Amino acid sequence: MSSYRIQGATGEWEVVIGLEVHAQVVSNAKLFSGASAAFGAQPNQSVSLVDAAMPGMLPVPNEECIRQAVKTGMALGAEINRWSRFDRKNYFYADLPQGYQISQLYHPLVGEGTITIDADEKAGIAEARTIGVERLHVEQDAGKLMHDQHPTRSYVDLNRSGVALMEIVSKPDMRSPSEAGAYLRKLRSILRYVGSCDGNMEEGSMRADVNVSVRKPGDPFGTRTETKNVNSIRFVMAAIESEANRQVDVIEGGGTIVQETRLYDPDRNETRSMRSKEDAHDYRYFPDPDLLPLELSEEFVAQCRAELPELPDAKRARYEGELGLPAYNAAVLTSDVETARWFEALLDATGKPGAEVARAASNWLISDLFGALNRLGKAIDESPVSPKQGAELLALVADGTLSGTLAKQVFEIMLETGDDPAKIVEERGLKQTSDTGAIEAVIAEVMAANADKVAEYRGGKDKLFGFFVGQTMKAMGGKANPGVVNELLKKALG
Amino acid sequence: MTAITDLGIAGLRDGFRAGDFSAREIADAFNGAVAGAKALNAFIIETPDHAIAAAEAADRARAAGELLPLSGVPLGIKDLFCTAGYQTTAASRMLGGFTPTYESTVTAKLFAAGAGMLGKLNLDQFAMGSSNETSAFGNVVSPWRRNDGGNAALAPGGSSGGSSSAIAARIVPAATGTDTGGSIRQPAAFTGIAGIKPTYGRCSRFGIVAFASSLDQAGAMAQDVRDSAILLEAMSGFDPKDSTSLDVAVPQWEANLSSDLKGKKVGIPKEYRVDNMPPEIDALWKQGIEWLRDAGAEIVDVSLPHTRYALPTYYIIAPAEASSNLARYDGVRYGLRDLPEGANLQEMYAATRAAGFGPEVKRRILIGTYVLSAGFYDAYYTKAQKVRALIARDFEEAFRQVDVLLTPTAPSAAFALGEKSADPLEMYLNDVFTVPASLAGVPAMSVPAGLDGQGLPLGLQIIGRPLDEQGVLNAGLAIEQRAGFTAKPQNWWAK
Amino acid sequence: MSVDAATVRKIASLARIAVTDGDVEAMVPELNNILGWIEQLGEVDTDGVAPLAAVIPNHQRLREDVVTDGNIRDKVLANAPQAEHGFFAVPKVIE
Repeated sequence: MSSYRIQGATGEWEVVIGLEVHAQVVSNAKLFSGASAAFGAQPNQSVSLVDAAMPGMLPVPNEECIRQAVKTGMALGAEINRWSRFDRKNYFYADLPQGYQISQLYHPLVGEGTITIDADEKAGIAEARTIGVERLHVEQDAGKLMHDQHPTRSYVDLNRSGVALMEIVSKPDMRSPSEAGAYLRKLRSILRYVGSCDGNMEEGSMRADVNVSVRKPGDPFGTRTETKNVNSIRFVMAAIESEANRQVDVIEGGGTIVQETRLYDPDRNETRSMRSKEDAHDYRYFPDPDLLPLELSEEFVAQCRAELPELPDAKRARYEGELGLPAYNAAVLTSDVETARWFEALLDATGKPGAEVARAASNWLISDLFGALNRLGKAIDESPVSPKQGAELLALVADGTLSGTLAKQVFEIMLETGDDPAKIVEERGLKQTSDTGAIEAVIAEVMAANADKVAEYRGGKDKLFGFFVGQTMKAMGGKANPGVVNELLKKALG
Repeated sequence: MTAITDLGIAGLRDGFRAGDFSAREIADAFNGAVAGAKALNAFIIETPDHAIAAAEAADRARAAGELLPLSGVPLGIKDLFCTAGYQTTAASRMLGGFTPTYESTVTAKLFAAGAGMLGKLNLDQFAMGSSNETSAFGNVVSPWRRNDGGNAALAPGGSSGGSSSAIAARIVPAATGTDTGGSIRQPAAFTGIAGIKPTYGRCSRFGIVAFASSLDQAGAMAQDVRDSAILLEAMSGFDPKDSTSLDVAVPQWEANLSSDLKGKKVGIPKEYRVDNMPPEIDALWKQGIEWLRDAGAEIVDVSLPHTRYALPTYYIIAPAEASSNLARYDGVRYGLRDLPEGANLQEMYAATRAAGFGPEVKRRILIGTYVLSAGFYDAYYTKAQKVRALIARDFEEAFRQVDVLLTPTAPSAAFALGEKSADPLEMYLNDVFTVPASLAGVPAMSVPAGLDGQGLPLGLQIIGRPLDEQGVLNAGLAIEQRAGFTAKPQNWWAK
Repeated sequence: MSVDAATVRKIASLARIAVTDGDVEAMVPELNNILGWIEQLGEVDTDGVAPLAAVIPNHQRLREDVVTDGNIRDKVLANAPQAEHGFFAVPKVIE
C-alpha cells in the first residue's frame, strides 16, 4: 500500500483515486459514420449528415472501432462481452448535435480487467500494484466549441463529433498521485502496443476524468468529486493533489464534500466547480433504438486475439529471461512500443542469436542512441540512424574493428551524415589498429619524451601506467587497440 | 372511359404501357386534381414540376423501350420522408423551410423505379396523432362526409392523414405512409382505402424523420390490395445505412397475389372484442370471418393475452424514444431558431423548442422525458420493454397455430375534427387495435370492408407473421374481392 | 406516482421546452391522467422476462473502416439558422 498521506489538522488522510480515461480509437472513419476521423481538417469538413444529426440520419457502427476496443480489452486481461449494446446519454449542448451521445452504460463491450503498475521507489511506489479496471466501453466524441472568435457568439465545429472513443474506467484502487501517474503511463503504453490509441494527450487523443475522495485510513470511502478532461499526466497528478488537499480543508473546516463535476485550472493549480453542467445530471440513458445489440461471433473474438501483439509485461519478462537483459534495461526498452520495436529491429539486423548480442545492443541503445536522441530532441521513430546501421556499428565493435572510443566517434559522424559506419571507418581511416610494430614505435617515442615519468614509474609509482596508456592512445589518434597497447606498455615499462 | 384520376397504380401503369395515355397526361391530370383540392389541405407543398419531370422521363423511357416498374405513376409523399431539394417539415414549425440536401432511401427507390412526386402530404406533427389535427399546417379534412346531411368535417385519421385523404379523394393514385402505432392502417380504415405496414425492417428508415425508432416503419397506402403490393415492393429492400434494416430479398408480392386461402388458418383473437365496440364493427368483423372462410381458410379462435397492455406499453416506449429522437431540434444546425434578446444557449433551446413543437409533440416529449428520468427508468421503460416482449411472444404463439389474424382496424369510424382532440387519452385509445402489431414488428394491413350506418368506411385488419407480407396481402385480397367496396366520397372539394 | 407543478417544470427544463405557468397548470392533470393510465402495466407479471432487445430477430451489422463521407460542408451548413466562416454560430457559451 502506498504511504502517501495528506497531513491535516486532525491527522493523516488517505486519498482514494479512480480514473476514467477517454482514449480516441485509431480508425480511418468515425464510429457511426463514414466521415474521416483524422485530425486537422477545415471546420466542419470531416462531417457527414449523420454527424450533423440531420433529420432521419442513422448510425451504423464501424467494425474497426469495435475490433480496437476488443483488442484493448484483451490487453487489459479483461472479459470480452460477446453481447453488448449502445445506449443514449441524453443532454443538450451545442457540441452534441443529436442531443444525446451514443455510449454504453448498461452492457459495455468489455468487463473487468487489470493494469499492473511497477514499483518505483523514487515515486514512492514501494512495490508493484495491480489496479482494477471496472469496464471499457465505446462511445462517440463530441464536437468543439470555439469561444474566442466572435464577441457574442460561439462557433461550432463538428469535425470531432462522432469520432470513436474508448472509455476505460478504473476501480477506485489508486492511493497517490504517483500511482495515478504510473497507471496512466502504463495504460498509454498498452494502448500504443495494441495500436488502438496513439496516447497523445497534448492533441487530446487521451484525456482523463479524475475521481478523488479522501478518508481517514481504514474508514469507508468518502464522497468523491469528478474533475473532468484533464489532459496531461502531470496535470492529473497535480489535480489529485490539489483536489485532495481542498477536500481535507473543507472537511476539517466543518464542511462536507458535494458530489460534483469540477474543472482543473493548471495556471492556478486548483480545481473549481462546474456548476453549469450540474442540471445535466439526469442523462436518461436508454438503449439506442436505432441500433441492435452488438453480438460478437466467436471468429471475430478469436481473430482479435490472434492480432494481439506481445504486450509490455510479457515482453519485459522475455527480455529478462530469454535475452538475459538486466531488469533496468528490459524495463526501459519495453515501456514504449516504438523503443521495443526499434530494439527488436536492431537485434534482427545483427543476424545473430538475440541472447548473444542483446546486452551490448541494449546498452548501446539506452546510453548512446537515447543520449543522442535526447540531445537532438527526437523520438526514437525519428532517429537519424537506422536499426540496420546500429547493428553494423555494433558488429564493428564486436569484431575489434572499432574500439569503444572509436565507436562513439563513428556514431557521431553517423548522426551527422546518415552514412553507414563501415563507410565512415573506410573513408576516414578510423579503423582500430593492433599493429604491434607501429604501437611499439609510438611507445618508444612516448617513453623517450617522458623519461622522468618512466623513472618515477619504475621507482614504484604504478599509477602512472594510465598516463602512458593515454599518451600512447593520443599519439595514435585513438585508433590503437587498447588491449594491445596495455600489453606492450607493460612489457616496455618492465 | 374512366377518368385517369380514378385509376390506381396498376391501372395507370398498365394503361401507360398499353399506350392509352402518356405519362405526361397522367401527371397533368393529377397535378390538376391536386391543385383543385385545396379544401382538403392534404398537401403541405405541391411539387408538380417533379411529377412532370418524372413523366417526361417515363415517356422517353417508353419510347426507348426501357420501362421501369413505376414509370408513369405519380405518387404523394408523406412529408416525413426527406426529399432532396424539397421542403420537408414533418408538419412542424420546427422544420418550416427545411430543405434536405439528401433523399430518404424509400423515396430514392421510388424515384429510381420511375415514380414522380405530386407533393408532400400533410400529417400529424412528427407523426404524432390519430386525426391529423396536430399539424402546424392545419387539419387535413377527410373527403368523406356523414350521410346525415350535415357538413361536419371529418378526420382522415392519422398520422398519415394527408395520404389517406388524398387517395380517397382520388387526387393521388397512391402514397407513402409511415406507421408507428397505426398511422397507416387507421387512416386507411377511416377513408376507405388500403394500407400496409410491412415487417419492421422491410423499408429503410434512412431519411425518414424519426418519431419512435423501434416502431417506425414506412409502408404503402393505395386504393386497393394490388396497388399496395406494387408500391410496397418498390419501397422495400435492404439498406446498409439503416442498422435495423433486414437483409432479406424483397418477394414479388404483386406477382404472387392469390385470394385462394385453402389450407390457411385465420386466427380470431378474442381480446380484440373490446367493451363499447360499435355493433356495426363487430358485425363487420364477423362478416370478414365469413369471407375468409369462404376463401377457403380455416377459422381458429386464438388468444393474445397481453393485448390490453399494448397501448400503455406503447405510450411509454414511443414517447421515450421520441423525447430523445427530437432532441436534435435545437435551433443550431437547421430549422427554427428562437433567440430571445439576451438569451443564452440553453435559453435559446428552450425558446426554440417551445415555439417549434406543437402541444401534442410537447406532451409526448414530456412523458418520454419523465419515464426515462432518474428513478423512473426501470418502473416505466424497462417494465414496458418486458411487457412488449410478452406481447411479441403472444403473437409468436398465435402464429404457431394460425397464418394470419383478422381484427377490426379501428374501434370506430372516422370522427369529426375536434371531437376527440380535447382529451389526449381518448385519442390514444383509437389505436387500440393497431398498436399491438407495431410493438411486435409484424406486418399488418387495413382493407376497406364496408360502410357504417352513417355511410362512413370501416376497415378490417389482417396481421401476419414476420416477413409474411404475402399472407397478409392475400388475405386482404380475399376480403377485398368479397367486400366489393366501391363506395367513394361525394366530390365537394373540387373547384 | 403522480406529478406536481414542480415536477412538470423540472421535466420541461430537462427537455429544454420553455413553459408558462398556464402551460404547467394545464399539463399537470393531463400528464397525471396519462401516467395513471400507463401504470396499469404494474399488473403484468414480468418476473424472469427479458426486456425486448430487437423487434424482429436481426443482428447488428458492422461497417468497413473506410472513409466514404464528409467534405460536404455546404450541405452540412445549408439549412443553418446562422453559419459563419464554416462554423455553426450560437449565442456565446461561457464555460
